[in-house]
Formats: sequence, structure tokens, C-alpha cells
Amino acid sequence: MTSYLIKRLLGLVPLLLCISFLSFWLVRLAPGSPFDRERAPASPEIERALRARYHQDEPLWKQYVRYLGALREPDAQGRAHWVGGGLLQGDLGPSLKYRNHTVNDIVAQGLPISMSLSLLAFCFAIGLGVPLGVYTAQRRGEWGDYVGSFFALLAFCVPGLVVGPLLVMGFALRWGWFPVALWTTPWHAVLPTITLGLYFAGRVARLMREGMTEALREGYIVTARAKGLSESRVVFRHALRLAILPVVSYSGPLLADLLTGSFVVESLFRIPGIGVFMVNSALALDYNLVVGLALVYAVLLIVLNLIVDVTYSLLDRRVKLG
Amino acid sequence: MTAPDPAFSPRASASPPASVTPSQRAWRRFWRNRPSVAGLAWLAFLVALMALWPWVAPYSFSATSDVQFSPPSATHWFGTDVNGRDLLTRVVYGARVSVMVALVGALVAVVNGVLWGASAGFFGGRWDGFAMRVVDILYSLPSIIFVIVLITTLESWTRQTLQARFHLGPEIVGKARLLFLFAGLGAISWLNMARIIRGQVLSLRSRAFVDASLALGATPGRVLFKHILPNVYGVIIVYATLTVPSIILYESFLSYLGLGIQPPMASWGSLISDGASQLNPIRVHWWLIVFPAGALVTTLLAMNFVGDGLRDAWDPKGRND
Repeated sequence: MTSYLIKRLLGLVPLLLCISFLSFWLVRLAPGSPFDRERAPASPEIERALRARYHQDEPLWKQYVRYLGALREPDAQGRAHWVGGGLLQGDLGPSLKYRNHTVNDIVAQGLPISMSLSLLAFCFAIGLGVPLGVYTAQRRGEWGDYVGSFFALLAFCVPGLVVGPLLVMGFALRWGWFPVALWTTPWHAVLPTITLGLYFAGRVARLMREGMTEALREGYIVTARAKGLSESRVVFRHALRLAILPVVSYSGPLLADLLTGSFVVESLFRIPGIGVFMVNSALALDYNLVVGLALVYAVLLIVLNLIVDVTYSLLDRRVKLG
Repeated sequence: MTAPDPAFSPRASASPPASVTPSQRAWRRFWRNRPSVAGLAWLAFLVALMALWPWVAPYSFSATSDVQFSPPSATHWFGTDVNGRDLLTRVVYGARVSVMVALVGALVAVVNGVLWGASAGFFGGRWDGFAMRVVDILYSLPSIIFVIVLITTLESWTRQTLQARFHLGPEIVGKARLLFLFAGLGAISWLNMARIIRGQVLSLRSRAFVDASLALGATPGRVLFKHILPNVYGVIIVYATLTVPSIILYESFLSYLGLGIQPPMASWGSLISDGASQLNPIRVHWWLIVFPAGALVTTLLAMNFVGDGLRDAWDPKGRND
């Protein structure tokens, strides 16, 4: 297990280099520079000074090596020394648009909010989807199944950008039960969580229904019933462990979709998360911010996927990691 | 030439003339599934509406007027928006854009996924290991972020190239972003397809008819395209049908963030986004959200009903009636 984890985490390094290089090069393909996006264009001298300040006037390879933090440069006395900082030390560099912030600042400010929203929505999706899936699978072919499955499919067809405005119109503006926007009290989290999680609850319910249907056909379930166990014990103690596996393997992509899906929810509810930076950084050609955010998301997703894989093998002992 | 004996071709396999082929049986099962047929009917209605709308529409999709924020009425069935444009016309027009993006994106995804997955399953060995490793890696990456970067940064570059190199008018160049939507959304939606097709091809490859046609001298390419792929076409149809709604969702997601369709063009996502931006505590213009959202949701529902029906009908574990 430990060697597997080390192997997976070591595999991360070339992948991150690859991602950083790709996004580094990709954003610089766009015409224009991060410094010509002001309403009144700066004088050529100022722009030149800015480019020099942020090392944008160097050749591309040198910029990249500097970004990694592996550059050696002569100092005032002419002795070569490491420039330091850079990706190797976890420094994502300065933001080129929000010039008094580093990328690390922006990530540290926005990411906890985005992640807590995503985690809340994850709990909502699992908490609603799994019971609904079990309920419909137990009543396969009955009215309860048809109604439950229809609601699961409906949730699956209602993305956040539809649920959000409708919830705001009803619960926030018309009846005033919940606040419209911002992220201060737990009360503020209710509508965004439902908005983000509902669609995924539908997906989880559909997966759970399939998984439970398959599991209930297994031979050991017949044995368990023959032993005279109660139905709830059969379902929750014996079948659930096998039936939840599709949901577990989906939860990796699910978390990825939640993290990116929160962009829409954040923009709708004016939540100060990281989504707005992600969208604006690409538009404003804020090179460092784009590369930094792509890296942060990649690391997050890979680590989350690793957790999912380990959980899967703990639940299903037939799966060997490695 | 190298045409194999038809007896080895899976489509014309020796079945007694009176019986039905598995594909006929599948379609028969599909037509008996009421929600799926209803979904198909709704989609047919939508396509007819989109095709005929330019001839029957009383308004143009971009024509502004003095009647701002008119609630639904006899003259404007879905009401009007902030610029006095007829919302019904814009919803139908948005349907054209959304559905077009989704169909082309799904086509890109299907072609890409089928070729990648089929070649991985068919040739096996190192190529299989490499191809599936690539799929795994792409699966764990924040692909939508790459699409955002791709769309925003490459779009202006393409515009300049199109204008300078090919001397295209601004009319066409303005639609450059559509191209990126097609390509980008297709490029992130093919992974599931590739995995599923690989699994299917892998199991078909060891069947006797493949060995037979290879022994008769057919080239691997011919075996793959003439003998193996026709056998997985049910699976391809099913997953293509399920890819279309997911691309519609992606497109509306990007358009909502202002990265997709640009005004004066409209898609369902951008219409909902326009409606959401008019939300305020004083006057609730509900029709600006409810009608585009309703169109989006009913269409997604219909597509999923059709997709589910196709999947159940083609499921080999299904009943044999």
C-alpha cells in the first residue's frame, strides 16, 4: 500500500511538469500581452518597464526555467547563484493583473471557499442520491421506482444554471427565506449547495440504482435471505458494500465536476471563491494565474482520485492496487 | 479482389430468412418504450420548429423594439427581454445554436473516441497500454479549464489568421468561437466513448470470424472497419445519444460564464445568463429564466429518455422478445 502511494505520488511530478509547460506555452500563444488590457494604453516606456519587471522580455525557455525556479543568474558581483522561488518551492509567482497579489495569495483566499462549497455539494449529492438509488432499486418495476427514477432523471437534466436562478427567484426574492448572495453565515450556504449538488444527486441516484439492482441479483444475497435476515439487514449490511462501488469510482470525476461546476454557482451567488479568477485570468492573459490555477486544480484532482482509488480497494478486497 | 465471403461478414450472418436480426429486435424493443418514443417525438417537433422558424416567425431574433420586459402576451408568447426582443424567437434561435454545437461536438467526440478506443482494443500490446494511459491521465485533469484557456487565448489568434490569411469577412470571423466550442467540447467528451469501445473491441477480436477474415487475407484495417465496428454500432449509437445532452450542458455552462456564444447570437445558456443578470428584488422578470430553462430541461429530458431507451433496447442482457 505504502509503495503504491509513493509510486502514484512520484508519477505526479512528470505530469505536473507537462501540465505547467503546456499551459505556460498555450496562454502565451494569444496575441497581446497582459499589460495592454488597461482602458488607457500605457506609454511604451511604462510597458517596457513592466515587461522587464515581470521578466516577460526574456526568451520563452528562460521564462519557463525561471518559473520552475531552476535558473542560475549572475548577481551584482558576477557570481552565479540560484534565483530561487519558483514552482519547485511551491511559489506560483506574482499575478500579472492583480499586481499587489501573488498567485499563492489568490489561491489561499479563494480556494478554501470553493472547496467547502464543493464538499458541501458532494455531501448533498451523496446524501440524496444514495438513498434515492437504494429506494428505487428495491422497488424495481413498481410505482415508487417510476416516480423516484423520474425525479433522479429530472435532477440529472437540471444543471446549476437553471436551478440557481429559480431558487433565488422563489426562496430568496419572493419568500425571503434565504439570503440571495455572499458567503458569511451557514445560512448563506443552503441555496448554493442545492444549486451545485442537485444535478449530481441525480447522477449518483442513477448509478446507485444500477449498482444495487446488480448486487441484489448476487448469490450471496440469496444466501443472506435464506438465513432469514431482515430485508434492511440484507440491503444495508450485505448488498450496499458491493452496490456502492460504481458511486465510489464515480466520485473522483464527481469531485472534479463539482470544483469546476462551482464557477457558475459562485458567479450567480456572488461567492468570493476562485471561479471568477479562473475565468478572468484567461481573459486578461494573466499568465502566471492561469498556469498556477491549472496546476492547483490538477494536483487537487489527482490527489482526490488517489483517495478514491484507495477507498475502492478498501471496500472491494478483490481489487489489488499497484 | 480481397472481398471476403459474405458468410463471414457479421451483418449477413447465416440466419434463417423468417427470423429477425438482433438489430431489428432491438428497434422493436425501443419502439415499445413509451417515454423514449415521447422523447423522440419532442425532439422531432423541436427540429421541425428550428427548421421552419425563419419562415413563420413574425420577429427577427435580433430586432429590438420599445416594448421592454413585456410579460408573456398574445403578441409576444414568451414575453420580451431588456432590449424588447421577442423571447420566443430567441429561444428557438438559441435552440439552433445549442443543438448545432452539441451535434457537431458529439460527432467529434464519437469519431475520436471510436477510432482511439477501437485501435487500442484491436492492436493491443504497447499501443493499447499507451492509449489507455493517455485516457486515464486526461480523465484526471481539469479538462474544462483547458477548454476555457483554449477558447479565450486562441480565439483572437484564429480571428487574426482568418482575416489576414484567408481574407474572410467579419461575418464569418465573428463565428470563430463556434469552431472552438465544437472542437474543445468534442475533445473533452470522447474519453468514456474510447473506454467503452475498447472493451467491446477487445472481446470481439478473439472471436472466430475475425480470425477467419484475417486468414482469408483481409487487411487489419478492413477487418476493423468492415467486421468489428458494425458489431459495436449499437453501443456507439447509445453513447452518442448520451453525449449530446452532456455537450449541451457544457456549452450552456461556458455561455453562462460569458465564454461561449457571444451576443447578438444566443444559446440557451446565454439566454438563462441574461435572465439571471436581470434578477432583482424589486421586479421579478420570471419569463426571462423560466422559458429558456424550460426549453433546455425538456430537451435534455427528451434526449436522456431516448438514450436510456436505446441503451435498454440494445442491452445484450435484455429480454429476448
